[in-house]
Amino acid sequence: MAHESTPHEQVGHVMSFRVLLAVWIALMFLTYVTVAATTFNLGEFNLMLAMGIATLKASLVLLFFMHLVYDRPFNAVIFICSLCFVMLFVILAMVDTAHYQNTLIPGYAPGMAPE
Amino acid sequence: MEAETTQSHTSSEHNPHLAHHFGSLTQQFDSGKLGMWLFLATEILLFGGLFCAYSVYRANHPEIFIYAHQYLSKFWGALNTCVLLFSSFTMAWGVRCAQLGRQRGLVVCLALTLLCGFVFLGVKYVEYKEKWQHGLLWGKYYSPVHHHDDSHEAASGEGPAPQEGHPAVASAVAQSMTPTVVLTTDAGVVVERSKILPAPTGPGGLASLSAGRESHGDEPRNVQLFFSVYFLMTGLHGVHVIVGLACIGWILRRAVRGDFGPGYFTPVDLVGLYWHLVDLIWIYLFPLLYLIH
Repeated sequence: MAHESTPHEQVGHVMSFRVLLAVWIALMFLTYVTVAATTFNLGEFNLMLAMGIATLKASLVLLFFMHLVYDRPFNAVIFICSLCFVMLFVILAMVDTAHYQNTLIPGYAPGMAPE
Repeated sequence: MEAETTQSHTSSEHNPHLAHHFGSLTQQFDSGKLGMWLFLATEILLFGGLFCAYSVYRANHPEIFIYAHQYLSKFWGALNTCVLLFSSFTMAWGVRCAQLGRQRGLVVCLALTLLCGFVFLGVKYVEYKEKWQHGLLWGKYYSPVHHHDDSHEAASGEGPAPQEGHPAVASAVAQSMTPTVVLTTDAGVVVERSKILPAPTGPGGLASLSAGRESHGDEPRNVQLFFSVYFLMTGLHGVHVIVGLACIGWILRRAVRGDFGPGYFTPVDLVGLYWHLVDLIWIYLFPLLYLIH
């Protein structure tokens, strides 16, 4: 291996090619699944399924392509914190809009069931 | 004589890649990565605002999203997803090559990543051009071109709808020279509507003005909301792709020059992290915009 001949210490973790290839194949397969899933009418479940698959794909990219499995845990803490804050932001905004938006103007948001 | 003890000063003096204020290469590498992850966290927060806007609009107006998403091509979206996933794969492979000192592999991987990025932008160009030609644009610029000759309707037929509305608007429309004034008035009113306070009787004039858009079959009101969200989200993502391409180009130039090896590959790794984040955002954008059911 090349790093045996170098005088420097080896920093970072070297991903094995097989893992990278397997992750890529899994990502392509999941892309196919998420496109194929739209041909079935599952009602509310369609969006949940699409988001679930997207989160699975994002996790694969984060953990292996971005080396998060082998990194310092603090990097993952930073990233997960940012995701939590975004979720907090979205959830609070959704709770807020769900409470009054459909009563603001009659017929403005016909998709929201009146209370 | 290269000591195994990373803290030793003799070792650091002989290592050209170790900045003097770091104790060891590992510390230097971890610090760089920490900084990059902090930056990526701010990127997530930046896109978080748009994802929030998307969620609120979609929750309030699901019919708009179901109607408008049929104008997006699933094929182009899926193709771009595959292109971006492959570019992420070559980027991760490139980082591996750099870590192992495989000069040729690194250059080939970075070149492939760069190529994929340009293919992505090319597909995006095709998609945007199609939207532009059909008038499927954001906000007040939304003026869809329907296939059964609506161009005549737009020139003369839009007239009757506003006249049912508020007399002041109707007279303003009647005095105007060009039909485009109708469109701007229309759009301006649509924006204003959300600010109207609850009233026992709604502003009938304004409401019937925007109802003029409902003449096109089953098209819901305010479809331009979807295209505003679409262009903002994919546009900001596109800007990130362009920045990523510039960074990869810079890394590629340095790789050709032979700057990177097992002892020094931090720039490749950090640009890789950025490129993966761009991929990550697209992984969510694709189902949210193209695969609405």
